[in-house]
Amino acid sequence: MMKRGCHLLRRMAIALLATVALGTTSATADDVPLVADLSNHLVAITSRFTGASVLLFGATDGTGDIVIVIRGPVKDVDVRYKQRFGPIWVNARSVTLRDVPSYYRMASSRPLAEIVPNELLSRYQIGLNNIRLNPANEKTATTADLDVFRQALVRLKTDEGLYSEELGAVNLMSNRLFRTELYFPANVATGTYLVEVYLFRDGAVASAQILPFTVSKIGVDADIYDFAHNFGLVYGMLAIAAAIAAGYGASVAFRRT
Amino acid sequence: MQIYLPIAEMSVNIFLVLALGGGIGLLSGLFGVGGGFMMTPLLIFIGVPPAVAVGTQANQIVASSVSGVLVHMRRGNVDLKMGAVLTIGGFVGSSLGVWVFNVLKRLGHIDVTIAFGYVVFLGIVGGFMLYESLPGVLNKGAPMPLTARGPGRHTWMHGLPFKMRFRRSKLYISALLPLAVGFVVGILGAVMGVGGGFIMVPAMIYLLGMPTQVVIGTSLLQTIFVAANTTLLQAIFNQTVDVVLALLLLVVGVVGAQVGARLAGKFKGEQLRVMLAIMVLAVALRLALDLVIPPQDLFSLRESGG
Repeated sequence: MMKRGCHLLRRMAIALLATVALGTTSATADDVPLVADLSNHLVAITSRFTGASVLLFGATDGTGDIVIVIRGPVKDVDVRYKQRFGPIWVNARSVTLRDVPSYYRMASSRPLAEIVPNELLSRYQIGLNNIRLNPANEKTATTADLDVFRQALVRLKTDEGLYSEELGAVNLMSNRLFRTELYFPANVATGTYLVEVYLFRDGAVASAQILPFTVSKIGVDADIYDFAHNFGLVYGMLAIAAAIAAGYGASVAFRRT
Repeated sequence: MQIYLPIAEMSVNIFLVLALGGGIGLLSGLFGVGGGFMMTPLLIFIGVPPAVAVGTQANQIVASSVSGVLVHMRRGNVDLKMGAVLTIGGFVGSSLGVWVFNVLKRLGHIDVTIAFGYVVFLGIVGGFMLYESLPGVLNKGAPMPLTARGPGRHTWMHGLPFKMRFRRSKLYISALLPLAVGFVVGILGAVMGVGGGFIMVPAMIYLLGMPTQVVIGTSLLQTIFVAANTTLLQAIFNQTVDVVLALLLLVVGVVGAQVGARLAGKFKGEQLRVMLAIMVLAVALRLALDLVIPPQDLFSLRESGG
């Protein structure tokens, strides 16, 4: 583990040196106060996928604070609330929230209050309390009620390891280099992720960069999934054929022994 | 070692799944039951989404039924005509069942329906088996005789139209009866992910009055078609059949069943049934507690429209 960490660090350092070297020699160096990149632009979900981490690293042209926000592909999500129905607990009420990011992580180099004014936090949706979660149907619930459902969503997503915020998780080195580790658990959704990197100076955005990266299923599992969803009929027939063959094979083997 | 299930979209420990498949196979060989009614709840316990557990289980039932029916066919214990009538009822029932499943899934009630269905049926089956076999074990005396509705006794059922002769079963009854039995079991199978053998077998003996030796083979025969139909419909409309999971369970299940069948000779019939009854009741109790105990979190998330 240590060894891998050192290795990564060295790779990152080399990459950074290269970036900085390029930056200082190129003519547009002064126009780019912020440069960032990821160690990996593709997280592949294979049959042995148990989660993955990606290193985000970069450099700035001077002092400032770094805030990063990662958002996964959005989906509509039903938040359901259980109530007692006789002796049993059943889903009684639900609110559909629109365009809910399947993954969200915020990391900053210092506590947000010291870096970003509140109105910017909500404008850029920085922090778990500032993710924009609108109901699909405005009439479904009162505002107070809606907040309860929103908080429940954030809490559940956090429990699943899909939502997180961490102050101080971005390491700044000599006010020039920064790095942070992004972790994606096994239940991460596939699709395009956007990493927003903000450089804040004096409570304003000095520079920003958006890095896309992809989480996708690779190999046999991806093929099976696609096949099952695109060709349900054929998939079902193949599954049955496989089952019949296995059953027949078992019966034949059973008779012989 | 973890393996990723492409349809369930989760990683599971491969040895856990193999142990589960092997264990249930062992039980099915040992006790002569399909094992589907134990498999689905256990899959749910290890974290497989209930919908996927049900769809996948149907696929596995196809394999074990084919394997079983071939053995019974060689012994001449399959009533093809009865099987056909049951199957027609079963087809209609399981098609309706998949539709019901889809509606419940959309409403968000599928999990509670599956769990509730299991509590009721496992409770009844386990309770009945315990009641029937416990006296035999405790007294070491003769097992309690089962009082079946013998052929020749006339009830309202014999006044129904569309009479048919079932030669293997030595019956002359209305085709509506096996149709209805197949229909009801078909619905249960699709919604709960069971072959329905544990409901079908008593229904065939006590309701239809079929001779016991023909019952198991015939029940297995119709189970193949109903389970295949369920698999197909689940695959088309709900995409909840995980072939990776099904194959893992199936391969070890077959081996387990053989070992189980051999072990069965070393125990007394009533002892086996008491053990099975206790296990069935334990699963039912665990599921019942999940329904009744206040959930740790009243909120839950589900992808919309899925």
